[in-house]
Amino acid sequence: MSVNATPAGADVAADETATRGGGRHAAVPTQRAGRRARAPLSENKRAERRLGWLLCAPAALVMVLVTAYPILYSVWLSLQRFDLRFPDQREFIGLENYVTVLTNQFWWTAFGVTALITVVTVAVELVLGMGLALIMHRTLVGRGIVRTAALIPYGIVTVVAAFSWRYAWTPGTGYLANLFDGSAPLTERASSLAIIMLAEIWKTTPFMALLLMAGLALVPEDLLKAASTDGATAWQRFTKVMLPVMKPAILVALLFRTLDAFRVFDNIFVLTAGGNETSSVSMLAYNNLIRGLNLGIGSTMSVLIFLTVAIIAFVFVKLFGTAAPGSDDGERR
Amino acid sequence: MAVETTTRAKVRWGLLDVIVVVFALVPVLWIASLSFKTPATLTDGKFWPREWTLDNYRTIFDTDQFVRALVNSIGIALIATLIAVVLGAMAAYAISRLDFPGKKLLVGVSLLIAMFPQVSLVSPLFEIERQLGLFDTWPGLILPYITFALPLAIYTLSAFFKQIPWDLEKAAKMDGATQGQAFRRVIAPLAAPGLFTTAILVFIFCWNDFLFAITLTSTERARTVPVALSFFTGESQFEDPTGAICAAAVVITIPIILFVLFFQRRIVSGLTSGAVKG
Repeated sequence: MSVNATPAGADVAADETATRGGGRHAAVPTQRAGRRARAPLSENKRAERRLGWLLCAPAALVMVLVTAYPILYSVWLSLQRFDLRFPDQREFIGLENYVTVLTNQFWWTAFGVTALITVVTVAVELVLGMGLALIMHRTLVGRGIVRTAALIPYGIVTVVAAFSWRYAWTPGTGYLANLFDGSAPLTERASSLAIIMLAEIWKTTPFMALLLMAGLALVPEDLLKAASTDGATAWQRFTKVMLPVMKPAILVALLFRTLDAFRVFDNIFVLTAGGNETSSVSMLAYNNLIRGLNLGIGSTMSVLIFLTVAIIAFVFVKLFGTAAPGSDDGERR
Repeated sequence: MAVETTTRAKVRWGLLDVIVVVFALVPVLWIASLSFKTPATLTDGKFWPREWTLDNYRTIFDTDQFVRALVNSIGIALIATLIAVVLGAMAAYAISRLDFPGKKLLVGVSLLIAMFPQVSLVSPLFEIERQLGLFDTWPGLILPYITFALPLAIYTLSAFFKQIPWDLEKAAKMDGATQGQAFRRVIAPLAAPGLFTTAILVFIFCWNDFLFAITLTSTERARTVPVALSFFTGESQFEDPTGAICAAAVVITIPIILFVLFFQRRIVSGLTSGAVKG
């Protein structure tokens, strides 16, 4: 729930500016800043602070208004019976919606599907992404070509890629459909899930690789050479030299991809539309809202998904502490 | 001996390169190939078209449905990108240059937004935007796009801003420029490449979105291409929309391909610089 805590903090900080900085010197500080050498330090500091707050305010405001307020609002909605088809029956029902969702078999199936997709795709992407990062970083030939090609899956619209995979596996139309004699893989659960994961992995491995490549760039060449001279094999150089240096980058990549994978929606929407029990939690929330027009249940799912993601993020940050991205950012100027 | 090993190493790396390129390109080539197939050969299951046609492209550009969606996509993505980059640049400048309490908080908040499950906003935003009259309008999509593009913009831009020679700013200030003037006249031009890279990344993000576009729109007023694609049904009930879908898919892939071809170096540096150092 840390997201909900921050906007309040931001407001406090903003209020402090108003009282401490004051409108008194509104026009003065810009001049003072120009004559930094002569002006007293505190004046300068104050001007700097005010400018900092002014510059950050619009971005902070937009981010907080569009995320914190709706998520609080959805907590409120989740405590109500609220079906847009029967607006008259709207009433406060406490935690009843949560009981409904958490005892619902579809929710848990979707939750399982989402968890499975997240775990499998992130694990495969870590391995493939590491390979791709090594290729992009160390290849002796065609580095530009390889990087350009790898960026295509990253940049392409997910829906477009999903259609490409869908038609590839459609019997009659697709070049891949004939691999498994005459069956229609997108009509069966296991093969559908496999194809969804394939599409996810294809699309997001390059992003994983780019994040890992950023870590690879931090590995000192000298260290690798020294290890090589000391007789370390390629595998030893990788595990004993590269991996430890890359650890922060790996954790950042894992965190971002895990949370991103948990939101899987576009590929499922296009590939199976959630048929054969392949819905993710996002698919289910979407269906409840748009098809079912049930704001109460939809909001309950929103809150539950938010909590799950918050827990995942919290566990990552707790486990890996200072390796979390941005944690050391405040200290730097 | 040494020459031989490098040749062999080159061949080995070359093979790996080829695997990556094939893996990355096959799905793209496949959908392009489908878009050029005639209705008769569409279901032949061959990777390359046997008969080529541009009819699919003619069809989609003749239909209002696609053209409207394309205009929506371009307009919404451009406006959202512009606003996100301006707001992001202001915040990133403050983060990389100024000392003020609350800086850490802002960095933390943007990190939280970057990890925020967007689907959680779908239900509440649907209801809020309906009440405010933003549902199914351009601003209704631009707002969430800006929000989720901002962390990306702030992180990438502060990484870029940290590499700028700030002594120039000091020099400008000694010559009597204010902090604001120093920002606009000296630093902004130096920061242009970073701004441009960020703009590309943000544009790709907005161009890509499907979840908000499908939940916060209901008509052609604001529906973007990815959503229009998923609703394509063909001109009559009996017409297979596959060719049209593929043609439309290729059209919205073209800007991505162009970005990647011309700005590969910038995109890679933009994505990696923001990543390691936070």
